[in-house]
Amino acid sequence: MSTAVQIQNLSFAYGSKQALHDVSLDMPARKVTAFIGPSGCGKSTLIRCINRINDRISTAHVTAGTIKVHGIDIYRKDINIQELRRRVGMVFQKYNPFAKSIYENVAYGLRIAGMTNRSDIDDAVEKSLRNAALWDEVGDRLHTSAFGLSGGQQQRLCIARAIATEPEILLMDEPCAALDPLATLRIEELISELKKKFTIVIVTHNMAQAARCSDQTAFMYLGKLVEVGPTMKIFENPSDPQTEAYITGSFG
Amino acid sequence: MFNPENLIRKGLPKGYFKDILVRSLLGGITYLMVLIAVLLFGKIIIDGAPAIFTSEFPFVDTEFLTAKNETLHVFDDAKGTRHQLPASKYNEYIEAHAGQQIYNEQTFSYSGGGIAGPIIGTALLTCGSIILALFFGVCAAIYLAEYAKQSPFIHAVRLAILNLAGIPSIVFGLFGFSVFVLAAPVITANPVDRSLLVLPLFIEGWALSFQGWNSSLMAGCATLACMILPVVITASEESLRAVPQGFRDASLAMGGTRWQTIRKCVLPFSLPGILTSSLLAITRVAGETAPIMFTAAVAAKDDFPWEGLANPFDILSSQVQALPYHIYTLAARIPSSEYTQRAQFGSVLVFLILVAMLSFGSMVLRAKMRKKLKW
Repeated sequence: MSTAVQIQNLSFAYGSKQALHDVSLDMPARKVTAFIGPSGCGKSTLIRCINRINDRISTAHVTAGTIKVHGIDIYRKDINIQELRRRVGMVFQKYNPFAKSIYENVAYGLRIAGMTNRSDIDDAVEKSLRNAALWDEVGDRLHTSAFGLSGGQQQRLCIARAIATEPEILLMDEPCAALDPLATLRIEELISELKKKFTIVIVTHNMAQAARCSDQTAFMYLGKLVEVGPTMKIFENPSDPQTEAYITGSFG
Repeated sequence: MFNPENLIRKGLPKGYFKDILVRSLLGGITYLMVLIAVLLFGKIIIDGAPAIFTSEFPFVDTEFLTAKNETLHVFDDAKGTRHQLPASKYNEYIEAHAGQQIYNEQTFSYSGGGIAGPIIGTALLTCGSIILALFFGVCAAIYLAEYAKQSPFIHAVRLAILNLAGIPSIVFGLFGFSVFVLAAPVITANPVDRSLLVLPLFIEGWALSFQGWNSSLMAGCATLACMILPVVITASEESLRAVPQGFRDASLAMGGTRWQTIRKCVLPFSLPGILTSSLLAITRVAGETAPIMFTAAVAAKDDFPWEGLANPFDILSSQVQALPYHIYTLAARIPSSEYTQRAQFGSVLVFLILVAMLSFGSMVLRAKMRKKLKW
């Protein structure tokens, strides 16, 4: 089993405020890795390091350690950030489709990657929407505004948009936080489908969700990785008392 | 001990008369403003309407709006009939009635013909300055909103831009005069003597001469653009910031470059806001007199700006008439009489209608955009 993302002794800070302390873990390819932990524990910061979207924040910087994606250190000076982000897609907590048509939303990533052939784009859009289990619902109104969709559909549209460029890794930052239980269920079904093609990293507040759809779970607390292991083991027989306390609900 | 009967008041409510007094005072002041507005507009409309509206189809005096400005000649012919003719028609009359005596001739400058020249000049100045201001303003706003880091320095820059909005327009006029009219660089084969600096270019015979653009459409547009830049920058920056952060995140996360993200995910969604806010700036540009007095406007001009030009670009270096300056000329430079009223009040009414249409248009557009752009 190959390793998609390898994080070694990563420390990360916003200005002088240390957000991650010495985090090390491996994320196997074509598996789902879930991050759980209380708010502010650094889970989102960690996955935002994997596609370097944190670069936006000028004070944010890696203070120690490395992140390797398929063996390449992505914090090297000569990394092609655009290409990295194309290979490491991301879905955000609050669904954020563009104020464009459904079609244009999915085509966006392809267009900025330089794809111009209309029929190629058509095919890719359809494929992504099918993969995101959205085609049956929107296939007949591709050119209507994305804002006409329900919340769950909009989030699946964002997933379709993220996978349109066929990334290797899909980062999901609390993808169901703004959705109702039914929409959440559909996203979870989608995740188990998607992991056949993509390596998925998901941050969630919902421990049942982590238990249901991940293969590996990491528990973080106060910027430190407390425990990581197969999901079954973390939830049934955690070795760290803090993990156990969090999972059983004694705190957090 | 609580006595429910106390809930029923005896006599008038407390402070009854004071309330009435305060209320009528505040209301009175408010309606005083309305009265002033009604008087102002009423006077202009009543005196100006005859100049631009007619009782027959198309109900608008097209001549007043489309004819060139001329001197008005008023005279009696031999039969005692009073004639009011603009200069060109007066000359025809004299030719046609050669040898006949005319009596009591009076002339009134700028009062005959129409105001097409000023209308066109104002339109040109407005368009030119808006294009300039939008280009520079949007560029600056993109930098401030998207690229610049939030530092004390950028804060100071923003403050300086805001302060620019408070500078009196006459100061902009003088600034424009000293910079654009007298000192701005031109490429020319024969620099004038008063040129501040002449840099020879590599092409034989041509030089970059800092001799200014003279009083011209170009200098006027540049001056007006400087004046409304702060408005455009502030409005544009706000519109850019109103675009949800999620759009930028999504675009960057899909491998978009910074500029791709701005061009495709931020600008298109902020453009309606930028344009509607800038319409307000148009109203201001169209109405200003001081900045163009020294930089572009002339009181009298026989030709339309595009007439008699060797090449179309020369229009930029020609002087123009402008409505607000024309009104100033009509009000301050000629004695008021029954014969000048048509031109005076007519011009003001046309001007007010134009400005009202622009403001109303921007209000309607803004309301529409607000409804359309929701996220």
